[in-house]
Amino acid sequence: MTTPLLSIEGLRVEYRSSTGAVTAIPDLTLSVAAGESYGIVGESGCGKSTLLMAIMGHLGINGFATAGRILFDGRDLLQASAQELMRMRGHGISMVYQDPSAALNPTMKIGRQLMEVPLQHDGASPKEARARTERILTDVHLPDPASVMARYPHQLSGGQKQRVVIAMALLANPKLLLLDEPTTGLDVTVEAAVLDLVGELRDKYGTALVYITHNVGVVAKVCDRVGVMYLGDLVEEASVKEIFANPRHPYTRRLMACVPRLDHDKHTISFLPIPGQPAPLHARPQGCCFGPRCTGFAPGLCDRAIPLEAVAKGHLVRCVRHERDDLFAPAPQELVVPVEARDETVLAAEHLGKVYDLGGTLFGMGSGRQLIANEDLNFEAKGGEVIAIVGESGSGKSTFARVLAGLQPATSGRLLVLGQDLAQLGAKQRTPQQVGAVQMVFQNPDATLNPSHSAGFPVARVLRKFGKAKSGRETRERVSKLFEMVRLAPHLQRQRPGRLSGGQKQRVAIARAFAAEPDVLVADEPVSALDVSVQAAIVNLLLQIQKTQGTTIVFISHDLALVRHLADHVVVMYLGKVMEIGPVRALFEPPFHPYTEALLSAVPVPDPTVESKHIRLSGETPSPINVPKGCRFATRCPRKVGAICDDVVPPARDNGDGHLIHCHIPLERLRQVEPIFQPEAAG
Amino acid sequence: MVAFVLKRLVGLALTLLAASFLVFVVTEFSPGNVARKTLGAYATPAQVDLLYQRLKLDDPLLVRYGRWLGVLTGILRDPLQDPDLKLDFRDPRGDRYFGNFGYSTLFKAPVNDVIWDRLKNTALLAGIAFAIIVPLSLVLGVLAGMREGSWIDRTISIFGIVTTSIPEFASGVFLFVIFGFWLGLVPGTSPLTTSAGWSIASQLLLPVLVLVLYDSGYVVRMVRGSMAEVMNKPYIRTAILKGLPHRAVVTRHAVRNAMIAPFTIILLQINFLISGVVVTETVFAYPGFGRMLLEASLSKDISLIEAATLIALTIAIVTQLLSDIGYALLNPQIRLS
Repeated sequence: MTTPLLSIEGLRVEYRSSTGAVTAIPDLTLSVAAGESYGIVGESGCGKSTLLMAIMGHLGINGFATAGRILFDGRDLLQASAQELMRMRGHGISMVYQDPSAALNPTMKIGRQLMEVPLQHDGASPKEARARTERILTDVHLPDPASVMARYPHQLSGGQKQRVVIAMALLANPKLLLLDEPTTGLDVTVEAAVLDLVGELRDKYGTALVYITHNVGVVAKVCDRVGVMYLGDLVEEASVKEIFANPRHPYTRRLMACVPRLDHDKHTISFLPIPGQPAPLHARPQGCCFGPRCTGFAPGLCDRAIPLEAVAKGHLVRCVRHERDDLFAPAPQELVVPVEARDETVLAAEHLGKVYDLGGTLFGMGSGRQLIANEDLNFEAKGGEVIAIVGESGSGKSTFARVLAGLQPATSGRLLVLGQDLAQLGAKQRTPQQVGAVQMVFQNPDATLNPSHSAGFPVARVLRKFGKAKSGRETRERVSKLFEMVRLAPHLQRQRPGRLSGGQKQRVAIARAFAAEPDVLVADEPVSALDVSVQAAIVNLLLQIQKTQGTTIVFISHDLALVRHLADHVVVMYLGKVMEIGPVRALFEPPFHPYTEALLSAVPVPDPTVESKHIRLSGETPSPINVPKGCRFATRCPRKVGAICDDVVPPARDNGDGHLIHCHIPLERLRQVEPIFQPEAAG
Repeated sequence: MVAFVLKRLVGLALTLLAASFLVFVVTEFSPGNVARKTLGAYATPAQVDLLYQRLKLDDPLLVRYGRWLGVLTGILRDPLQDPDLKLDFRDPRGDRYFGNFGYSTLFKAPVNDVIWDRLKNTALLAGIAFAIIVPLSLVLGVLAGMREGSWIDRTISIFGIVTTSIPEFASGVFLFVIFGFWLGLVPGTSPLTTSAGWSIASQLLLPVLVLVLYDSGYVVRMVRGSMAEVMNKPYIRTAILKGLPHRAVVTRHAVRNAMIAPFTIILLQINFLISGVVVTETVFAYPGFGRMLLEASLSKDISLIEAATLIALTIAIVTQLLSDIGYALLNPQIRLS
């Protein structure tokens, strides 16, 4: 074997503070060959970002690499001087960051930020630097590089910014590119395009990649080899095909069982969340760090130092009992049986619309502009059903949630909840019964809980407000019951939200919502900020609560695989309008609306043997202020018929069983498409 | 951007109008009647009654405000200059001109003869102090915030807290003891006349030093806080991991972003330096604007109070406008939206 490009040997990283030192990475060894794509998978706090920062030599003022070596091109980066590190960052290793909006300087034009790299490291003249920057911007498929360079970051979309960040990394001609969750937070179609770009640039420049992510699907798509990290340890390492076909470590196997898949749903499979939480860094368990959460933990075996063991060629596992089956046997109570929908319409939207007046003229005079957030929404949900609303940012799905919850009134149409029209009623005008009937769970649990109140407080307040509990004792009992229902330990009622994990906070938010005994629960991206295993646990919890309470859930999400798992009916929205609506199975099979088809083909499938059809949308989502007159999707539709799409609102084509597709293409032609996912041809 | 500035200018004029009304109301309605205040404590009741009628002080408030505004803008005659009143109020500019603030009873001179000299003196003091405070605080603040927790940071932060917490009268006396009493370099008072043999520059030294010490500690801390926050931003990490040297990271990427938040605070110091330095001016017997305002208030010199307050307000509103414009210039997200 030739010398690897990057070789990490026995790396130990500690963070020191006035209260003592914690070890983020105890002893890590891995190597990446030139031109290879290495994926590191793990959940928050597993040390994957620390690893990248250790490679870049930027651990911050309290981070220290206290043992081991990081050899890059034969030189130990841990011994490098500041000058050498600068040169290495400019010519050897560069980085692509999560959240491109934050990674770019808001007060400097894109061009200057990019040109800095060749100006600093290659001694290029400003003219040369400009020429090179324009060339690289063309390589990352940004149209009109000169105009991009003259703009500030806030004038670009998220996807464009990430392309700029990638261009910045490429300007250094790196041999190794570190990618830190580069597509987290981007829309699925944008994510697919960025991943395509990464693959294409890798082919073109032969750059090696280290790609860290929590999204197993992304790993399957872009990586050759995968390392799984847990609590700073590499617990398993194998080729991407091997790890998906034959995961050995209990953590890897559990993690895989938490990933929603497009070929299964809640009726055919249950997520298997990992019990408990990762140990805190200062109380690292003896021996196997996953031991305390492992169903196959054996005292005397697992609490001793565990070596990495080769189980096949290139497949390493840090587990002494990986051949035993009991490691993975799911307990029967972990299986989730979803509730059957009742034949009673709980929620119905009829020609619902929401328009914002933007004013925007001097002193409020003149004709204002209008932003059409929702237009002509028609759908209904039965009791005990999960109806999912999917779409990218700007599709108007959150606006609908706000109207439903009474945070904003609708501007037209009706919104019936249990037969009562709530469309024009804000939460203030609704009766307590009407408010209690519709409850919300929001995306970001950190922002929804008041940090100065204990976790039990909001739940108790809802109980009193809606008269669900009269006396103090009754309130306390009900709060305890609700905490039990969301599987939170009773003592957490008195904790401040700051001391709870993200998953626990979201459970408190769910308990708060269910305290009002709602008929409709609106969940606006409730799990998108959470780790996969936590997400799986929350989804299971929602299904279990729904089983006992019979609540209708409106689940708003951009994650199609999750929607496939959870939903009974799906509404696909684009620019404020419904493109397609139908039962979940019908929606994920042809005929598709061309937009649904594009969304589906963009989903990274957590299986390296599956090839997805390659449909990419060009351009950006048009502004909701100047919406296309005909079909909203016409400007980006890959299957556009002709001028009719621009000018005429498409008809709803009925595929039976409530499956409607709003498209000018007749159903027969929509039906004649290949399936999106194809198992790879043998060989 | 032009529309933005125009819009703000219109707003400025309206604010000023509203503010002038409030100033008028507050000063005219302070205890005691206007005629008595104008004539002083030794006037006979008959004189006061006569003036009261002449000034038509029985009229409704809005009418009187309108009349005052008319005198100010030069539309109406100043009633106090009427020779019939035998007040001996004479203004060489005449009794009808734009910017007629009336007659100061304290200084026995038209307000315009008194106020602008005082304002000039204060502007001199404030200008020199501001010209030192801003660059000094920016440099120290950036140096401190650049590496949070370093010894430079700690030294500068402690220096800032100490200088801000010493009151001006204490530091004034303390500095005089060193520079005036022991070293004999500067005089103890700064009347801005050269009759005592001290140069104007030597008279300015101590007041400027007191103001710089007192005010820069505060500004340094603001700049430091903002700088430290910016240095923890992801885009600074991007700049570092691009392989830029530390100096370039700070000067090119951090400083401009770190200026956005303290910019307003820095401009607010102008207001403080013009009208808030009463203590320093009093300690050094400096013939400044703040001290004049204090004296006018103590002797109920209505016209002078009204004029001085209006000028101070104008300065405050103009600096606010400047800070809004500067904020937009520094922050492209605001400028281009």
